[in-house]
Amino acid sequence: MESYLFPFDGLLCMLLGISFTLWFTLLLIFIIVPAVFGVSFGIRRLYMKSLLKIFEWATLRMERGAREKNQQLYKPYSNGIIAKELVSLEQEIQEVRRSGIPAPEPEFDMSDIFSFCRRGVESIVDDEVTKRFTAEELESWNLLTRSNYNFHHISTRLTVLWGVGVLVRYAILLPLRVTLAFTGVGLLVVLTSLIGLLPNGWVKSSLSEKAHLMCYRICVRALTAIITYHDSENKPKNGGICVANHTSPIDVIILASDGCYAMVGQVHGGLMGVIQRAMLKACPHIWFERSEVKDRHLVAKRLSDHVADKTKLPILIFPEGTCINNTSVMMFKKGSFEIGCTVYPVAIKYDPRFGDAFWNSSKFGMVNYLLHMMSSWGVVCSVWYLPPMRREEGEDAVQFANRVKAAIARKGGLADLLWDGGLKREKVKKVFKEEQQKMYSKVLVGVSEDSRPFPVRRTSHNRQQV
Amino acid sequence: MGSRASSLLREEDIEEIKKETGFSHSQITRLYSRFHSLDKGENGALSREDFQRIPELAINPLGDRIINAFFPEGEDQVNFRGFMRTLAHFRPVEDNEKNKDPNSGEPLNSRNNKLLFAFRLYDLDRDDKISRDELLQVLRMMVGVNISDEQLGSIADRTIQEADTNGDMSISFSEFIKVLEKVDVEQKMSIRFLH
Repeated sequence: MESYLFPFDGLLCMLLGISFTLWFTLLLIFIIVPAVFGVSFGIRRLYMKSLLKIFEWATLRMERGAREKNQQLYKPYSNGIIAKELVSLEQEIQEVRRSGIPAPEPEFDMSDIFSFCRRGVESIVDDEVTKRFTAEELESWNLLTRSNYNFHHISTRLTVLWGVGVLVRYAILLPLRVTLAFTGVGLLVVLTSLIGLLPNGWVKSSLSEKAHLMCYRICVRALTAIITYHDSENKPKNGGICVANHTSPIDVIILASDGCYAMVGQVHGGLMGVIQRAMLKACPHIWFERSEVKDRHLVAKRLSDHVADKTKLPILIFPEGTCINNTSVMMFKKGSFEIGCTVYPVAIKYDPRFGDAFWNSSKFGMVNYLLHMMSSWGVVCSVWYLPPMRREEGEDAVQFANRVKAAIARKGGLADLLWDGGLKREKVKKVFKEEQQKMYSKVLVGVSEDSRPFPVRRTSHNRQQV
Repeated sequence: MGSRASSLLREEDIEEIKKETGFSHSQITRLYSRFHSLDKGENGALSREDFQRIPELAINPLGDRIINAFFPEGEDQVNFRGFMRTLAHFRPVEDNEKNKDPNSGEPLNSRNNKLLFAFRLYDLDRDDKISRDELLQVLRMMVGVNISDEQLGSIADRTIQEADTNGDMSISFSEFIKVLEKVDVEQKMSIRFLH
């Protein structure tokens, strides 16, 4: 009995040994070496194209299944549930008054309440803000249960396909990606610590650049991210600040694998802290202690000092302050725009067909999110480097921030909102309600001061009005 | 994700809501998805906090009153049926042409019901009369701190004077209707729901 097991045992070990070696050799040749040198075999793009074809087929099957059962397929409300009026609230209330002779005293019209009421209910049915903090809904199905709304329309063939998909994703892709991720991060820590031992100079910074790029590229492959960079001639240069819209922590990896940046962030403990300290040894990043974050002057000073030194790398900042779901760009915090240096805007747009990259930090933790990302098909995104912008004469930080935001929104095809991303967790400030009240009071009282009818103005860009 | 929600709504429920409110099948599923995304506690009902989380509603001066209108007397939770029933008031009147059912009674989005909805925004104690105090409260909500008490008081008095026909210093529902007979209520109190 024992003698029977021995040969099998040996055979088994040999097989395992061979497969591991094969696995790692393939990994090395197809993934790590290209990452080191920054070339690509095009495997990922091929993968992307074939996946897209499969998704289209899956959606068609579901539509056919639904039609056979004579039921309606659930279509996400990507086109909106309601059509809103383009007239602003102020104009609506004015119209009631212009129809009569201006009264000597303020006239209250009982129908004023209708406008407020209707707009209130409209915002209950569809508002611009709350839908930005949940994942975008897709038209086609990408074989992930997390995004399927038409469960009852799946045929057996589709279920089999989905099953195969699960197997491929969890048994093949996930372990591969996790290995790569560990390799990438491990290499980053080791290499930067080694480079940190060198004296400051040209050799150190050039080596540090190469090390950072290489490790980020490995991480990109760990997520199977297929990134298209546009307009690389506008890439951020030393002494400037790079601003981008924020959808997930992956944004950092995506940008950093194509250029070298100085990162800004809070000092963390644990693994993140180890990585941060190691990175700091090789080149100057800006890490703040928790207590320092509150002090805006200190933050501004450190950023300006860094920017003034032309040998230091451009700073990477996400002015929204929180992750938004990649359908819009929300208010940019003015802090980074007060510094007075060149701003290099970057727009990042994820292709939602492959997997939703948005990190809903109120629902999932970071580790959960990364696992989620690594077990989906991949990440496909486009990065646009916009031409650099500077603050103009007579423009204050807020106006400059809005100008940059509009440029990013336009390039990335995102909605440009004035609302604060902080509304994800906090309540809206009372001051906005007071503005509405002030506006109404003016209309009530204003008619008596001005006997001319108000001119009609179409303000279609003023999204902040109720 | 509001996605799974559509499978939680049964066909029978959709049919009942269709009959009661006049919304179409796809409108009901979309609105259910919206309901579900507002329901942070995931217990199938909305509380006042769920509504107040909507920034555009929170900055509306009449926000609290509008939220109140969704909740039945004395309750803190509104389920999907109640949500739809309230929203049905805002359906455009033209949409009614298809379901002319003589037995269904007055549809929820008739001119009368729209006016009643607005009337109830003023009439907090539900005594079917808008008193001077109630009118002042609503006025104060709408103007904030920008108009003095005396001026606001005189505005309220003038408004009651014009509307009040039976001399009881308050506005009843029929007086309310009379004052607003020239106003295009159907247009102002309708939301264009997409099909």
